[in-house]
Amino acid sequence: MSAAPSPARRPWLLWVPLIGFILLATIFIIGLRKPDDPTITSKMIGRPMPAFALPAATSGVDGLTSADLATGTPHLVNIFASWCVPCAGEAPQLEILAKNKVPIVGIAIRDRPDDVAGFLARYGNPYARIGSDTTSKVQIAIGSSGVPETFVVDGKGVIRMQKIGPIMPEDLPGVQAALEAAR
Amino acid sequence: MIAEAGLVALWLGAALCALQLVLVVLALKTPFVLSEVEAREASAPPAARPSTSLRTNGEGNEAGETWRALSSAIRPVAVAQGLLTCLAFALLILLFVRVDLSVLLVAQNDHSEKPFLYRFAASWGNHEGSMLMWVSILSIAGAAVAVLERRLNERTLVATLGGQAAIGLGFYAFLLFASNPFARLTPPAMEGQGLNPLLQDPGLAFHPPTLYLGYVGLSVAFSFAIGALVTRDVGPAFARAMRPWVLGAWIFLTIGITAGSYWAYYELGWGGWWFWDPVENASLMPWLAATALLHSVTVLATRDGLRAWTVMLGVVAFSMSMVGTFLVRSGILTSVHAFAVDPRRGSFLLALLALYIGGALALFALRVGTVREGSRFDALSREGSLVLNNLLLTVILGIVLVGTLYPLILEGVTGEKLSVGPPYFNSAAGPLALILGVVMVAGPLMRWRREEVKPLLRRLAPAAALVLIALVVIKVTAPAIGILPLLGLGLSFGIMLGSIEPLIGRNLRRTPLFTWGMVIAHFGIGVALAGMACDSAFTAERLVAASVGDRVQVGPWQVTLKAVTPGFGPNWTSMDATLEAARGGAPVTLLPQARYYWAPPTETSESAILTAWNGQLYTVLGSQAEDGRWQLRLWWKPFVTLIWAGGGLVALGGALALIGRVLRERRSAKNREATA
Amino acid sequence: MKAKHQRLTLTLLAVAALIGAALLAMSALKDQAAYFYTPSDAARDHVAPGRAVRLGGMVTKGSIKKLPDGVTITFLVTDNAATVPVRFSGIVPALFKEGSGVVADGRFDASGLFVADQILAKHDERYMPPQVAGAMHKSGSLEADEKAKAR
Repeated sequence: MSAAPSPARRPWLLWVPLIGFILLATIFIIGLRKPDDPTITSKMIGRPMPAFALPAATSGVDGLTSADLATGTPHLVNIFASWCVPCAGEAPQLEILAKNKVPIVGIAIRDRPDDVAGFLARYGNPYARIGSDTTSKVQIAIGSSGVPETFVVDGKGVIRMQKIGPIMPEDLPGVQAALEAAR
Repeated sequence: MIAEAGLVALWLGAALCALQLVLVVLALKTPFVLSEVEAREASAPPAARPSTSLRTNGEGNEAGETWRALSSAIRPVAVAQGLLTCLAFALLILLFVRVDLSVLLVAQNDHSEKPFLYRFAASWGNHEGSMLMWVSILSIAGAAVAVLERRLNERTLVATLGGQAAIGLGFYAFLLFASNPFARLTPPAMEGQGLNPLLQDPGLAFHPPTLYLGYVGLSVAFSFAIGALVTRDVGPAFARAMRPWVLGAWIFLTIGITAGSYWAYYELGWGGWWFWDPVENASLMPWLAATALLHSVTVLATRDGLRAWTVMLGVVAFSMSMVGTFLVRSGILTSVHAFAVDPRRGSFLLALLALYIGGALALFALRVGTVREGSRFDALSREGSLVLNNLLLTVILGIVLVGTLYPLILEGVTGEKLSVGPPYFNSAAGPLALILGVVMVAGPLMRWRREEVKPLLRRLAPAAALVLIALVVIKVTAPAIGILPLLGLGLSFGIMLGSIEPLIGRNLRRTPLFTWGMVIAHFGIGVALAGMACDSAFTAERLVAASVGDRVQVGPWQVTLKAVTPGFGPNWTSMDATLEAARGGAPVTLLPQARYYWAPPTETSESAILTAWNGQLYTVLGSQAEDGRWQLRLWWKPFVTLIWAGGGLVALGGALALIGRVLRERRSAKNREATA
Repeated sequence: MKAKHQRLTLTLLAVAALIGAALLAMSALKDQAAYFYTPSDAARDHVAPGRAVRLGGMVTKGSIKKLPDGVTITFLVTDNAATVPVRFSGIVPALFKEGSGVVADGRFDASGLFVADQILAKHDERYMPPQVAGAMHKSGSLEADEKAKAR
């Protein structure tokens, strides 16, 4: 390769395509860093729980109000439903957390009392309280887009963390750490 | 064992691909320098077998021997690589047809109750399988270049095969490390998860393969451009060698887009034929770039102009294929074509994009300054019109690209969410497309070097008169018509007339085949434009709730709901409406369905379409209201079929041009051998 | 025209064309891009009637009314702060129901009614349009919850 290159007189113009591509790639990198998928994180993190009062999801449990989440101790708020398969999958992990004296409250989404009772009988009941959100209204207000999701709420009722999807065994340390941090 | 065999074949293919790249680098390193004069000669068609056209610059024969040994090894390696990937792909298809549920991909996308055709097509109806198809086509294209390409200067050909190997290597890595199609599942699944019902359609067996042949066929043009930049050999000979490959890829892209459009039309049940969905745009952008490249290659081959521009388009066309693939696979844009999304995959693909496109454009910037200036021409000439064609196509490409990426940019910058829909694309790209149509009529009527204004206007007069008459007639008969459909429909008549004008006054039997190809393709554009304009201007739509026995009028048709009955298929149950449609003559029965699939559970509406000579009656069954009436959505779409007929004509024209070019090359090669 | 000049002219033409494309695209985007609105956004920004927009929110319980023609429905979309009446003619997606999220493409008419051309819903139990769930937080507290009957 030793053909004598003739000096290009407008070298800057030849770089225009490459510069254009670099711009394009930058856009892609930005896009990849926040993928456009339906699992969106809540914009409520760092903000207080909206006020709500939910009736009990089934007989024998207490309903849930936002006041129950501002008692000075951090809570886990677990958004679940009896019709949701991954929710059954995270039940053992919730049991472990409940054994470790973590206060867990549940919000049952678009659910029937009998179904909730059946779910608790089958997979155990780690919940101190279970509110029934038949319209997904509270779910939307706290920025949850699906089931299961879990929020860490500190003693003042401020949302500190959101976990989208079921809590798996490998997620337990992270949840514990978030609870510690919320103290 | 089939899956393991497939994986071994892939690894071997990847190893051969690496070997090919090494051989090319070594071969190009052998001292071999042409003087300016010889370079000019070498870019002319070699008079005899390529190996004898080698001239060393007095370095002695040793270098020549090394060169010959290396370059003769490259072709067999390329061919073996192509065969191995095809074997791997065939094995994957076999796994799908046999529904081998110990393979993860099969368990996720296949189902034993599916008809044979869909078990077969399911092998590429998913991310991993379609990427394997991509790599297979890539290496087959490389093998085909190695076997068939006899015109190009040997050194540029070697560099081209190097480019093909470099692209292949990255996609092999992507396949083997980030999307292995042969991964096992232990324990095996009891039953597969099935295939998205929207994909359970004969269209799937046809649409992705053609589109991929087009997408990946453009990689050959990309490699040619790289090869030409490496050896600084950009000239008419290079353009003539590259042209058939570009044409071939472009034909497949045209067929793929046309078929995909018709498939979306009858499968989605929305009555539309183009939604400006990101994935549709991802297939349109390479087509626009390839169309521009097709025309600029002709300028380079015929008049030795637009050298740097053609090389850049060669890079851009395949880059658009890769960008499209990235957009679809990375999930950064939501779309109806949802592949399983995995951010790691997106990053991997983006790295490949940066490597190939960035590398090629950097090479372009460094090298193209040393490519000698092409020849000059006048603004008013066939060349001038082709430059204009290229500019317009590039601008339309830019508009589509910006519209596709704008939601992404905006969300990244301001966090605002929006969607860019048909109104933007139609209003921004539509007028330019119409101007392009005018240029398309005028261009072929001009002489190559220089054209006088008056004779040109005389030649254009009949088409222009027809357009004016059409505009007046349409406006009078349909005063409510929108401006774009009006202009489009009027212009389509002019295009249809103007595009056959190059044949007028010629001896048709002696007209070369590629001229016929051009005429038919341009005519096809006019036909498709007429179909689009008619569909948007004259479609009649009725949405009603009908009881059994009710009669609905849509356009000229009387449609009667005769019955609604439950039905079932191999993997679905349905409600079937029986409609009788008549317009004066004997009634025709249509059976639109609302289907419920159980693997995976999905509802789809199967439209029923009645095709008449002057359009289509399109019927969809909706849900049942509480009072027992059924929702029916009926469209009468006059001349909508012209859209796809036009697309078919464009592809046919391309095929004729390809055959004509190849035959002519053969003849001239024979003549040269006879005179040698 | 000398060859060198011709190349310069062509290059400049290409650059000019691309800049032109960008400007054209931008101006068309300004008019044609369908911005995403929640009912409270719409109330605050007064979207011009006739502009293509996307409306997202929740279908208010008990608000779906079927009109006698059997194919047109009206319903209310709310984000718990503001409410917009919507009219839609067509075949609604299977997952469209009261109390669940919805995204509608269409335009406002002069009276503030949103006329939807298309209602989007995905066939997915876990799905709620991200824009809805994201946008709902802006709209402050919830009203006292309704004594809604369980499904």
